[in-house]
Amino acid sequence: MKSSIRMLKVSEHIDETPNVRTIVLDGSIEAEPGQFVMVWVPGADEFPMSISYIGDQMGITYQIVGDGTKALSIKHVGDLVGIRGPYGKGYTPIGRKPLVVAGGTGMAALSPLIERLKLNQSEVRVVIGARTAREILFRDRAMKAGAEVVITTDDGSEGEKGFATDIAVPILQTREHDIVYCCGPERMMTKLADKCSELSIPMQASVERLMKCGIGICDSCAIDGLHVCRDGPVFSIDVLKGFSEFGRTKLDATGRRIDI
Amino acid sequence: MADLSVDICGLSLKNPTMLASGVLDETGKTMASIARAGAGAVVTKSIGREPRQGHGSPCIVELGDSLVNAMGLPNPGIDVFGRELEEAKKAGVPIIGSVFGGGEAEIAEMARLMADAGADAIELNLSCPHAKGFGAEVGSTPERVESICRAARSGLDIPMFAKLTPNTSSIVDLAKAAERGGADAIVAINTLKGMVISPEARMPVLANRFGGLSGPSIRPIGVRCVYEIRGAVKIPIIGVGGIESGNDALEYIMAGASSVQIGTAVWKHGPEVFSKVCEDISEFMNRNGFDRIFEMVGVAHEVKH
Repeated sequence: MKSSIRMLKVSEHIDETPNVRTIVLDGSIEAEPGQFVMVWVPGADEFPMSISYIGDQMGITYQIVGDGTKALSIKHVGDLVGIRGPYGKGYTPIGRKPLVVAGGTGMAALSPLIERLKLNQSEVRVVIGARTAREILFRDRAMKAGAEVVITTDDGSEGEKGFATDIAVPILQTREHDIVYCCGPERMMTKLADKCSELSIPMQASVERLMKCGIGICDSCAIDGLHVCRDGPVFSIDVLKGFSEFGRTKLDATGRRIDI
Repeated sequence: MADLSVDICGLSLKNPTMLASGVLDETGKTMASIARAGAGAVVTKSIGREPRQGHGSPCIVELGDSLVNAMGLPNPGIDVFGRELEEAKKAGVPIIGSVFGGGEAEIAEMARLMADAGADAIELNLSCPHAKGFGAEVGSTPERVESICRAARSGLDIPMFAKLTPNTSSIVDLAKAAERGGADAIVAINTLKGMVISPEARMPVLANRFGGLSGPSIRPIGVRCVYEIRGAVKIPIIGVGGIESGNDALEYIMAGASSVQIGTAVWKHGPEVFSKVCEDISEFMNRNGFDRIFEMVGVAHEVKH
């Protein structure tokens, strides 16, 4: 029996922002937007990444945050990277007028969703929060898909000065949107979840926890007895509001509980 | 109507299935959810004295319906594990605390600390095949198994199980040694030491290189081990290795196991596997005129070919 890892050749390595790159692999993948793969950089590490391009070629959009992503960043065209997956549950593209809210590298998981939503004829508005103008990820891609894009930056170098939620919360108040999709820092998502809950707007958010096996057996990504790798990473607001750990605690690599 | 309840060393289980150590058992709420899904008891992740990250990634390889893992005994340490245990116990099934250590003194201390933390029984991990200085490295000879069991047994007032490794010339000798050392039950088997190489990458896939094979592919080995151990010891045996169905559990029971543990099958079949296995066993018992599990334990030994 062969292992489930597919060794794929790097076909392209693209700079997206000063800190974020996309590695394109020569292998097709069928997945829901928001699902993830386990990426093996031989000799270095294996880690979960959401799939930023789904189709005949697979894209992974990443920021260097540790040894694994650092090793990935020096892969050249033709080098091999191991992939297993897709795993987990992704976003369900529904809604007549969805609001998509992205913080950090959240657009990596949300961009395939935006494209899927536009194929469904949804009227999509996207709020992208970035630290500076240079770090805005996949704005052109969202615009090309036909979405309306609103930008916020922490330093005010482009768009509104502030966080994505500073814009998204007032937008939600107008009650124009019938569903919210988000991916970003947990504080941003808890804030949006509170607002959506108050206004009874459905929401789907992608949750991050330290993941080891990726297939639902090791318990390292546990959140209130569910598992981000198998029951998530995308959870609906009903599930999110039932979590006592969402926005509060997570497990470190040893399984100790730490505050977020 | 079949009665699935069993008594293992004084522990009352509503059915003979337990969650095996290492699978979905690091946090209290997860363990409780497995218990609520139907497991008769839950064995915790193996816990040590200090917090431990375990091995680097990849730590798991999928091979069809089997797995090779090298988690490397990650655990938060016994000092903070008590609250997870407390949470797990809310589900109302016995919680068996698995412990590991680097030698008899440390393992004995861990057993006592786990008992103090509230475990209903202790399982000594003498068999993890991929953590340096622990598990099978301290549990591969009868002498050490006996001395560790003896040290851990003294000062413990709850049942103590010894989980043994099949990566040895004779697991029967290890089982006899565990019995001499005072173990109340034998758990057999742990994973088989193995390796997976990626030809394209020209290297072992697991960061630790070696790992432990689990899943249906090891079941015939587990059943054989239990069968052999049954002929050599008087204490109860808990069978584990590749159980996915009632039929699989019955193989272990008829080989001599009083109850069984299920781990890897949770991956493919979800936590519902416990209730499914129990339904299968119940249906088999009704069809074959068995009222209680103990009536079937070891019956495969009675058949003369």
